[in-house]
Amino acid sequence: MSLMSGTNFDASKLTALQKVTLRAVVMSFLFYGLAAIEGTLMRMALINPSIPPIKGSAEHYFSIMTVHPIIGIFGSTYQLVFAAFMFLIPFLTKKPLYSVGVANFVWIMITLGSALAWIAAFIWHYAPLYTLYWPLPADTEQFKTIGGIVFIIGVALIMVGTLAFIYNIYATIFAKVGVHANKTTKELLISGFGIDGMLNLINKLRGKPPYTKEPALSLPVVAIFRGTVDTFLDALVILGAGILVLVYLIADASGFSWNVHAIDALLYKNFFWWGLDLVADGLVLIYVAGSWYLLATLITGQKLFMENVARAALLLELFVSWMVWSHHLLADQGQPEMMKLISGEMVTAFELLTQGLALFITLMTLWKARPLKLTMELKYLLGGLLGFGLAVPAAIIQADMGMNRILHNTQWIIGAHVHIALLTGLYMTLYSVVYVLWPLVTNNTKLFSMKLANAHYWLHLIGSIGMGAFMGMAGLDGMLRRHFYMNGEFKTFMILAGICAIMMVTAWVLFMINIIMSVGIKGLIGVFLPANDDTATFGIDPQPSVVASMKN
Amino acid sequence: MTFKTSVELLAFHNVAYTIYAMLIISVIIWFGYNLTRTDKAKPIVRIPFYGYIGFLVAMGVGHHIFTYNTIPWVSEDIMRHNIKPDKVFEIKVANHKFDMPSKMEIKKGEKVLFDVKSSDLVYGFGLFRQDGSMVSQMQVNPGSKNDLLWTFNECGEFDVRSTEYAGPEGNNMFVKKAVVVTGCGKNGGKS
Repeated sequence: MSLMSGTNFDASKLTALQKVTLRAVVMSFLFYGLAAIEGTLMRMALINPSIPPIKGSAEHYFSIMTVHPIIGIFGSTYQLVFAAFMFLIPFLTKKPLYSVGVANFVWIMITLGSALAWIAAFIWHYAPLYTLYWPLPADTEQFKTIGGIVFIIGVALIMVGTLAFIYNIYATIFAKVGVHANKTTKELLISGFGIDGMLNLINKLRGKPPYTKEPALSLPVVAIFRGTVDTFLDALVILGAGILVLVYLIADASGFSWNVHAIDALLYKNFFWWGLDLVADGLVLIYVAGSWYLLATLITGQKLFMENVARAALLLELFVSWMVWSHHLLADQGQPEMMKLISGEMVTAFELLTQGLALFITLMTLWKARPLKLTMELKYLLGGLLGFGLAVPAAIIQADMGMNRILHNTQWIIGAHVHIALLTGLYMTLYSVVYVLWPLVTNNTKLFSMKLANAHYWLHLIGSIGMGAFMGMAGLDGMLRRHFYMNGEFKTFMILAGICAIMMVTAWVLFMINIIMSVGIKGLIGVFLPANDDTATFGIDPQPSVVASMKN
Repeated sequence: MTFKTSVELLAFHNVAYTIYAMLIISVIIWFGYNLTRTDKAKPIVRIPFYGYIGFLVAMGVGHHIFTYNTIPWVSEDIMRHNIKPDKVFEIKVANHKFDMPSKMEIKKGEKVLFDVKSSDLVYGFGLFRQDGSMVSQMQVNPGSKNDLLWTFNECGEFDVRSTEYAGPEGNNMFVKKAVVVTGCGKNGGKS
């Protein structure tokens, strides 16, 4: 056991599928560290604005604020989720991944795109924030055109990588091989959208036999299938917005001055939030629900409790996630009141139902299998459930015309809701997936230290909830989320939130030490070397005719 | 039960959400502990599945019914097109600057319309107390109607700050004591 060689990890014995999964995971955790450091720098600047490297510069502060979510959401979360799903789909369907080459393309595109966006902010201080509210991203009086072009190209590369991931996932799911050799596309579609679960429920209520006793796709695959629909739509919207900004920036660079007000700012906001909200309310909630179901069944080794209800809930979420974007526009007085009321309030409230159902089904599946050993994956899963248990009601509270009037754009939104949802809810769930997949992806590599793993768990859990809570409290006192306070306002809460941010950075350092000491530097390098074994499946004998066409 | 100001509402919200947060944390701790025990745990409460679903629906919908009936600015906001304001302040925003009257004087209880127009970027229009807490806010989109109808149920001096990011220069969009509300009598702030 050493820093160079790790515990018992041997990269040369990994298949192409395992390697491409690990490559994306490595990049994901590197970007996570960058996002955590950026977040902590911003927290420190709110305690002492003159602290380096920000040194009281609003340009620098908002540049970091612009790339922080790009690095955190796309560079880290997308990579980790995509890596897990491109491994899990072959694992769950017992079919080969459509293309390991495309999977490699995905992580390279997202890595390059995230790096370019970061460079645009770091070098040229391009800072329109992730919201890209029109016409700010095309404001060449405040931002250098070259910075904008590099940033948008970066985001576009991320979206191209995302589209490649989607293609790979659907091509794998719809491949008529293995257990799906005799399935029709219609059967797979009905199962993918959760329609079979809904029909089973209806038939049960009518006293008829179930529509199908064995759905074509397992429930976690349905969640991935369903969440990927939103990922696709979201990628199209972000790409569309990126092209619009790029056209204006290139026109500006060419000496033309186009009227930015030819684009209606509020209409653009609706279009952009419709797509961006699919990341949060469609993609995250659905992918997370699917991950919970998978984790609960893998941890307990038992069937999911109320599986048909879970499938039907995923179908319901299809309509809910597409119709809730107006809760981001409750403070926009030009937005029609009926849209605020129906989309912003009422449909949004259904997320309490869909997520509450997912929470209930997961908890019941675990409960029915007790006694269980409190393993790392179970601990992280409980942490993830807690995160969404805290963050989703916080979201429903603020998605209200009365509450939004005094909470919109405050630290409450970004702290009590967004950061607790992402850091406690999503990341604790993802860490649980990491611990479940670790033996499968690394060929049973022994983890270097359980003490480090536990220290990471507690520091991350307490740090993330604490930071979100103190930011939220500052928000209730009037602290805005997109403002650089330089006169010591809200200092007590900022010091407490800063301590929690440092706890999370420390947690990440401990996690990385544990992983690096497990796989070793040699192993880490080996992950990025070409695989000797082209196998694109896991847990079944490779099918030579299929595998041969999927060379790494 | 009616919340007259955002201070009252936020205090209630703070207490209610803190209680909820403690409850859900306790439930997960209890759940995690009992998952590992071999002897059967006694449920504290037994909630039927459809009762739980009903509870979620009731909370999701009931929350909005509750706020509509207890927060005065909700109905006022929805019906603002049919309400004649006592005062109208027209405010222009451009180049990261507010162009507005140097002092907007209001009597407690008056319905005031802040009609804000942006000619370049997306800004925010927020009213804040001297302790930094928020009274109200709205987004200010160029090319759209941005009208905030507000009834001040408290007296004092209020700052105006842009609540939306419009580039680093927007960080200085702050007008100290731009709004003065009087009429609370001897014991209620400025008279």
